[in-house]
Amino acid sequence: MAGLTFELNGRPVAVDGYAPQTTLLDYLRDRGLTGAKEGCAEGECGACTVLLVAKHGDQSAYRAVNSCLMFLPMAAGQEIYTVESLVDKGELCEAQAALAAAGGSQCGYCTPGFVMSLFAEQYRPGREGACDPHQMGGNLCRCTGYRPIRDAALSLGPAPAGVFLDRLAWPAPTLTAVEQTGFSRPVSVEECVRQLAVHPGAKLVAGGTDLGVESNLLGRRWPHLISLEAIPELQRFDETADAVIIGAALPLTDVLDRWTSAPAALADCLLPFASPTIRNRATLGGNLGNASPIGDSAPLLLALDAAVYTSARRRIPLADFFTGYRQTALAAGEFLTAIEVPKPYPAFLRFYKVSKRRMDDISTLSAAFAWRWDGERVADARLAFGGVAARPLRVCEAEEALAGEPWTLETIARVQAVLAQTLQPLSDHRGSAAYRTAVAQSLLEKAFYG
Amino acid sequence: MDSHESARGHVTGEALYTDDLLARFPRLLHAWPVCAPHAHARLLSLDPGPALAAPGVLHVLTGADVPGEGDSGANRHDEPLFPMEILHHRQAVAWVLGETLPAAQGGAALVQATYEPLPAILSIEAAIAAESFHAGPHRLTRGDVCVPSFLQLEGELRIGGQEHFYLETHAALAWRDESGGVALQCSTQHPSEAQEIVSRVLGLPRNQITVECLRMGGAFGGKEVQSNPFAAIAALGAWVTGRPVRVRLTRQLDMALTGKRHPYLIRYAAGFAEDGRLLTLKAQLYSDGGWSLDLSEPILWRSIFHLDNAYLLPNVECTGYVCRTHKTSQTAFRGFGGPQGMLAIEEILSQAAQRLGLPAEVVRERNFYREGDVTHYGQPVKDAARITRIWEHLKATSDFDERRRAITSANAASPHRKRGLAITPVKFGISFTATFFNQAGAFVLIFRDGSVQVNHGGTEMGQGLQTKILRIAAGTLGVPPETIRLMPTNTGKVPNTSPTAASAGTDLNGAAVADACRQLRARLDEVAGGSTFAERCERAYLQRVPLFAEGYYRTPEIHYDRQTGQGRPFYYYAYGAAVSEVEIDRFTGDCRVLRVDILEDVGDSISPVIDRGQIEGGFLQGLGWLTIEELLWDAQGRLASNSASTYKLPSWSELPDDFRVDFLERATEPGVIFGSKAVGEPPLMLAISAREAIRDAIAAFRPGPVHLDSPATAERIFFAIRGGA
Repeated sequence: MAGLTFELNGRPVAVDGYAPQTTLLDYLRDRGLTGAKEGCAEGECGACTVLLVAKHGDQSAYRAVNSCLMFLPMAAGQEIYTVESLVDKGELCEAQAALAAAGGSQCGYCTPGFVMSLFAEQYRPGREGACDPHQMGGNLCRCTGYRPIRDAALSLGPAPAGVFLDRLAWPAPTLTAVEQTGFSRPVSVEECVRQLAVHPGAKLVAGGTDLGVESNLLGRRWPHLISLEAIPELQRFDETADAVIIGAALPLTDVLDRWTSAPAALADCLLPFASPTIRNRATLGGNLGNASPIGDSAPLLLALDAAVYTSARRRIPLADFFTGYRQTALAAGEFLTAIEVPKPYPAFLRFYKVSKRRMDDISTLSAAFAWRWDGERVADARLAFGGVAARPLRVCEAEEALAGEPWTLETIARVQAVLAQTLQPLSDHRGSAAYRTAVAQSLLEKAFYG
Repeated sequence: MDSHESARGHVTGEALYTDDLLARFPRLLHAWPVCAPHAHARLLSLDPGPALAAPGVLHVLTGADVPGEGDSGANRHDEPLFPMEILHHRQAVAWVLGETLPAAQGGAALVQATYEPLPAILSIEAAIAAESFHAGPHRLTRGDVCVPSFLQLEGELRIGGQEHFYLETHAALAWRDESGGVALQCSTQHPSEAQEIVSRVLGLPRNQITVECLRMGGAFGGKEVQSNPFAAIAALGAWVTGRPVRVRLTRQLDMALTGKRHPYLIRYAAGFAEDGRLLTLKAQLYSDGGWSLDLSEPILWRSIFHLDNAYLLPNVECTGYVCRTHKTSQTAFRGFGGPQGMLAIEEILSQAAQRLGLPAEVVRERNFYREGDVTHYGQPVKDAARITRIWEHLKATSDFDERRRAITSANAASPHRKRGLAITPVKFGISFTATFFNQAGAFVLIFRDGSVQVNHGGTEMGQGLQTKILRIAAGTLGVPPETIRLMPTNTGKVPNTSPTAASAGTDLNGAAVADACRQLRARLDEVAGGSTFAERCERAYLQRVPLFAEGYYRTPEIHYDRQTGQGRPFYYYAYGAAVSEVEIDRFTGDCRVLRVDILEDVGDSISPVIDRGQIEGGFLQGLGWLTIEELLWDAQGRLASNSASTYKLPSWSELPDDFRVDFLERATEPGVIFGSKAVGEPPLMLAISAREAIRDAIAAFRPGPVHLDSPATAERIFFAIRGGA
């Protein structure tokens, strides 16, 4: 790998001689910036958190990201800050001072990561009042029990004047094309299609929040990586009277920010979906393209009757997209470009996620229910589940049992009986098959009661 | 301001941990294990040849490299570094040394090993059936368990283990030092034992081995003995190659290779009077010790000792076994067996209360120790009246009775979500049950300019030991804390140290530091003149008064007979109580902890911020153990919950919205440093109140006693609400 440059702590750096799947974290520590730590190497603990300068309209925002999940070449052209940059002439920044004063550190190993997330939160454009502690949801602490860290966050007001605030008035760096051994970053869908053709076995990477885990934990190596991050079409967000179109590589944080007309179920889905740190990088295209049976966005989007657009300029209803365990209707060399959610949204829409830990856990089971009303009766029901089969799916038999019926406990009992016969979940470390089957049914009652 | 003495280093990232030191070691080699793919197998052959031929691989460490004894088992020498018989899945059979980590990892994949798989014992039940035990039966009896009772209760309780998940995984760096010995930087709670094991493996006297620990990124007991093999491998690598060697486990490797809190199976038969008084208790405790003995025996003993928690057991017959299974070797973890013993008695009291139709808190109160009572192991319960004092105070400040009424009426109007409320006590014995560990040394140096260096045998893992030592040293010497430098824990400064464990780090090391500081203070007080401390130090030097002193402390009055299980193993008890309120959802089993009130007896707090941090952090760690943290092994003996994404720690969603912590007033502990009390472990067990609140909430859904194995995951709660278990 040669000729990669980016800005690190306000200074340009040129990187040479690293394998393309080197993580940004390993690179930083190699440079002696040991404030960022490896706690898990899979974006769960946040000890490796650093800041990226991200686009916020024509200005910028600091985004806390997991440096363990960023392949080093993805840093090309980015502006990155580590904990080492925050002390100014011996003075702690406010996030640091607040955490220190509140007793927010014990062993201290996770602390630089908390500092970075809290710093990003304090400087979040448009934020009002105290800092939101849940913006540190991507940081685990095994010592404190979080209460002092919460207090530190609640003690912080507006970001102070200074160079870090000044920086946000300017645009974020525009990511440009990169092409080097083992890594490329095209700037158009067409170029990306061409790259896929010339690099057999190439792997697409958007936010890297799943691929990075595969690389770090399973040791997977790919002959070539193609980043989708610099393709403007994949970063789009457009809303018309009939539909919302979301670029496949738009980070979830932006999806939440920009989809202001979204039904409440979107937040029910995306807030416990993952941590803010992961949402700053993860994308809907990645979550759907992965075709994981437990991807949380799929059940909601299935219930919303979404469709996907691809690089082959095809439109595929999402209901036809998942074909098997981690299998999709995409052809070789074809990738997702956008997700379309039709409007108006269903009159009845619920999303539920069941997991061992309420926030930032992989679903034991997820479910989304949607329909229009036909008077007192349910019309065109869509009942979508994750975690109950090899792929996210709509349960047509149950939908048929519900469609045209009044929304009553009697109807629910009939639909539950169908679910009990239809669903064939597995038992694993997240939950038993019996639990999954039983909860899938009881969630209908939960929806009924409110 | 009394936050952590390293707070600035923590928030700036300048605080250094073992693996942050790599850049100081040119020509560093990275070690990576060759892991066996079986839970139990015989190693038939091992051929490092293909690995050695790979670029970047320098050496493959095997038993042939060991100049001394290739075993890191602290007590029984039952942990071969290069085993011929594989005793747990992914056990290391060899270690590859590479110029880079990827080279070492690639090399490990090339080492050719063949195995003959053998049947594996993967559960406590299977171990019992096969009579596969590391230790036991250990017996403790008192009175007559056959006295008649109103209610007879029999049951079983399964208690899950817990992964330490210190944020910093195990790490060791070793190099040949200038004088031909070996020096190590090691993330360990027990540098002296790491020194002992390295000395054993290399066949060198201990004075040739120096172990230093700057600080740990969390430990919780998981770095008491479990750091030894990694120190040994790094040292062996450095010894064989002459180059510095780094061992650092990834999270998955750390979870796969290192021990955890012991899972337990507890079978009990108890007899109660009609008023809820416990009359008889027969209990069999089976801990899952995993593949080697480790600290499982003293952990089991502490479970047996803490089977009483805060309650009088007039007639008791307790039997304990450490099961030998083909899993990781379970080890010390905050509470050291105490939590499992206490969970059992709380389970039994709750079951009895439900059967007797009495509120659980009433049954608890009726069984409290009173002044003058003696434990089942023969120790008078010092300050037993504090149990009731804390209880009454906390019930008042938490509005317990009023909230109980409010919850009962709110539950009646809420068919799908129910709240539960519970109060539970903690009495936790302080001291190592291994009496000889209850000693500590310190070495304090004053320089002519009045600046001070403090050395002692304790290690800092986030618990705030150094913060307290700083206060003790500054207070005793009468100097500002800024003039004192706390030195890294180093076996070359204070020898033969005890592990920093058993909540006793400050009690022991603080007293030793105070001893040294008092001697120096007395010497300086003899020196005439000098308006400042620095001037007096200079005068003292010129008058040939020594400005350094050793300090020493041994805990008085403790003794204990391992054969009879009788004695006074603990110098004192730490007391506390907690009230938890939870809400559970019948559709999913989802549970939220709404409010927690804690009253803890910390004596005279040396550092309120540190002590509160230990209480809150311990509570949340206990809450994790009892609710969401579920350790699972599959049918092949592979750890199924083997990463941060499959094993979930408490996060923000587990932090109670309302979290109130108070210290017991007028609680000076005479004979302990600055009148303080140990606080590291006891608060973990306050989380039992949350588990009991969950039981209370489940009971609000349906009639009948509620059996609840641990952890109380959403799934267990869901099925318990439906009446199954």
